[in-house]
Amino acid sequence: MTMTADTPVASESIFRRNLSNFAANRLAMACALIVVLFAVMAVFAPWIAPHDPNETDLFRRLQPPAWIAGGEWSFLLGCDALGRDILSRIIYGARISIFIGLAVIFVATTVGILAGLAAGYLRGWVDILISRLVDILLGFPYLIFAIGLMAMMGPGLWNIILALAYKEWVIPARVVRGETLVTRELEYVEAARALGASRWHIMLREILPNVLSPVIVVATIRMAHVIILEASLSFLGLGVQPPTASWGSMVSDGRAFILEAWWVSTFPGLAILLLVLAINVTSQGLRDAFDPRFSE
Amino acid sequence: MSLSKLLERIAQLLPVLLGVSVIVFVMMALTPGDPVQIMIGDQSITPEQEAELRRGLGLDRPMIERFFIFLGNAVQFDFGESFYHRRPVGDVIAERLPATIELSLVALIVALVTAIPLGVLAAIRKNSIFDRIATVGSLLGVSLPGFWFGILLLMLFAVHLHILPVSGRIGFDAEVRMVTGFLLIDTLLAGNLRAFGDALAHLILPAITLGLPMTAILMRVTRTSMLEVLRQDYVTFADAKGLSRRRVLFRHALKNALIPTVSVAAIETGSLLGGNMIVETVFGWPGLGRLVVESIFLRNYPLVQAAVLFYAVTYVLLNFIADLLYTVLNPRVKL
Amino acid sequence: MKDALLEVRGLRTVFETRAGRVCAVDGVDVEVRRGECLGIVGESGSGKSVTFSSVMGLVKSPGHIESGTVVFDGRDLRGLTPREMRAVRGRDIAMTMQDALTALNPALTVGEQIAEVLEAHDETLPARGAARRTAIRNTSVEMLGLVGIPSAETRLKQYPHEFSGGMRQRIMIAIALACRPKLLIADEPTTALDVTIQAQVLELISDIRARLGMSVALITHDLGVVAEHCDRVMVMYAGQVVEEGPTAEVIGAPKHPYTQGLLASIPRPGLRGQPIHPIEGQVPDLIGLPPQCRFYSRCAHRRDACLTPVEMRQAGPQRRARCILIGEDEA
Repeated sequence: MTMTADTPVASESIFRRNLSNFAANRLAMACALIVVLFAVMAVFAPWIAPHDPNETDLFRRLQPPAWIAGGEWSFLLGCDALGRDILSRIIYGARISIFIGLAVIFVATTVGILAGLAAGYLRGWVDILISRLVDILLGFPYLIFAIGLMAMMGPGLWNIILALAYKEWVIPARVVRGETLVTRELEYVEAARALGASRWHIMLREILPNVLSPVIVVATIRMAHVIILEASLSFLGLGVQPPTASWGSMVSDGRAFILEAWWVSTFPGLAILLLVLAINVTSQGLRDAFDPRFSE
Repeated sequence: MSLSKLLERIAQLLPVLLGVSVIVFVMMALTPGDPVQIMIGDQSITPEQEAELRRGLGLDRPMIERFFIFLGNAVQFDFGESFYHRRPVGDVIAERLPATIELSLVALIVALVTAIPLGVLAAIRKNSIFDRIATVGSLLGVSLPGFWFGILLLMLFAVHLHILPVSGRIGFDAEVRMVTGFLLIDTLLAGNLRAFGDALAHLILPAITLGLPMTAILMRVTRTSMLEVLRQDYVTFADAKGLSRRRVLFRHALKNALIPTVSVAAIETGSLLGGNMIVETVFGWPGLGRLVVESIFLRNYPLVQAAVLFYAVTYVLLNFIADLLYTVLNPRVKL
Repeated sequence: MKDALLEVRGLRTVFETRAGRVCAVDGVDVEVRRGECLGIVGESGSGKSVTFSSVMGLVKSPGHIESGTVVFDGRDLRGLTPREMRAVRGRDIAMTMQDALTALNPALTVGEQIAEVLEAHDETLPARGAARRTAIRNTSVEMLGLVGIPSAETRLKQYPHEFSGGMRQRIMIAIALACRPKLLIADEPTTALDVTIQAQVLELISDIRARLGMSVALITHDLGVVAEHCDRVMVMYAGQVVEEGPTAEVIGAPKHPYTQGLLASIPRPGLRGQPIHPIEGQVPDLIGLPPQCRFYSRCAHRRDACLTPVEMRQAGPQRRARCILIGEDEA
């Protein structure tokens, strides 16, 4: 994050102190490292993956993992029904999960911050409008909302991002609105107002830096949710379309073979669990470090 | 709570329900992608047939008019015709509903009866080994993708151990006359204990899969609120009165600690609805969730719209119930 | 002493905190005689509440009693099992807390909260059935009447939030007194109340004490309250007793510089209702205290001799104080 010169110095040093609090939490740091490893895996997938994720080989149909009779060490986690290397598909699948996760959170957080700032700072009809919309969107079960949208828009990468972001922005918006309502009454904001700063200047330069900590914490927690939601959509066949590898659809592919090839479903699911768990622990660490009020 | 306050609350509910209907309508009407095109898919079709289809769906009329028609029909539970089933959408939904409700209720019960004792125990033995295991367990519970966990359970209990059935609500050999639609009740009404056991066996894995995230969340909530309550003066005062430990824990502490648990449970019951689609798909459960997923692939557009609206309305009502429960349980909050 | 109802000797209660061991109560002796009202005065953190939580066996984790004896009515309370201790609490020794709003359970009616003490302890009740319910109800109504709550019958069904602050305090007292305890520990009974109600509640406690013949340990930081209601007074500072004796004597001629400071900070006429104006300086940090007079850093009379441990000294027939000046007075 960047801090401008007219930001109160205190908020920057608090942010630093928060970060060092976080660094002291070993479990959370280890999990943050796992998240980073997944990200590296996603970015460098072509270099890391041992095989082409979409290369089929019917001679290797449902080949078991390396340590089971019939397996090969060059196909560590075995192959799926089309003889594709599961490990390579998991590595490429990380791209989909992480890209969609980041994209949804980025879009939702940006929209949420703007909406929350506007509602909390401008108040009046803007607040009423945004808050009503937030209430109504909260009236939908998330997955059903996303499924409904996907059903209408048809599958595809950008449609998933849109379908999830449609509702996701509500969450940062609520957080930012609440924090803004408090922050707008603080002295330095009053001072900026008295000096004749424009509304957008006050919202973006004075208030925003002070509401960022909770937004970051919420964004990481939500990232885990979004990854599970994306995997769920893919599992139902409403996500990224084949042959693109995505963890959810890989688990779904394996369903037909649970009798004879447990590895097809198991490993991609394990990847989801590991990434989501690591993100959850990291975000809990962030929350404890950034906001002692929440820690038990 | 007085009747007039209750009516006032219900009145406040109406704008949200209206808003939800608007969103469902707009969502279906405005999202990129033409439902008619999606329904047609790659079938060849003449422009006349396409226009006919459009007229059949009422898509040729102005948006506002379509909304009011939609709303008027929805209130009467009339959602048009399901092409695939060649029956009214409302009937198809109503037929599938009991299976979904039965599964959700059992999952809810499973979650409540495991989460509350575990949460209380974790709070009482704070920082013990048990508490740590429970904390890790609840973190796992919210991080597990439900569809994958369901498949793992299937592989273990149905495929390898052969102790539980793979899919469906009941074995094919069982003939049970549907009265309520809830198999656990209908089999008992028929006096068929074997079928009851069979229906119960079919319920176990789906209910666990569906209830797991909720169990994790409720356990966490119960633990946190119990810890909070145990710090309160009234617990110390109850101890100072020389009451038995059980009475202090259950009557004084738990009664207050459960207030947040119950309202979170009601809200989370709403997310069970979403989980249903996944779990019903994994376990071949013939409920509304699977119907919706199937309908999406059959491009059964009116049914999907109706089901989404139905889910959303149920969700809003559950949140409303959560609110009411909170008030009823907490004498301090005056409506 | 023969007429002692409660006798505490050498009580040490420590809290294991992240910052270190906090010795909240350090070698405290307390004696409450039958029928008397003992005032316990001190600033917050002086250990006065923890002392009596220890007596009740209600010290919460991370605190625990390290050593000392607590003898009540001839029984060693620290030797009792938890179950036996619960039978003592509420029946023989009762306690009221600072703020009735938080001490009464918001989710239970006032009637339930009185009834359960009777259920737990009152052996004179009929064994079961309607007779038992009626007896409990009658006693509950009687108790509310005793503390001056009108139309008790109907108010039993109400929840604590439906009462005013003063009323709640009375209800808490009624609950504490329901089993006619021999000792009432009243922890800051008036701090949460406004001044006029304070007087009423204190009068009520004094009045009931006289009628029931019980003893009262009145924990307060208000010397005015002590002057008006207590037979004897005990002053605590930083986990230790620094002075004790008959109220009139202690207030008339305090021996310990801390007590002197407390009294000096109150304008003479009308002691009541005056908060203690803190003496210059601060209460020492209870972690890692050096073995010296704890008041040393704030004392006007300090000298090198104060840097060694100071014991309680006899300062009159019924008076003791923890100060090296006392021997010198006599010399």
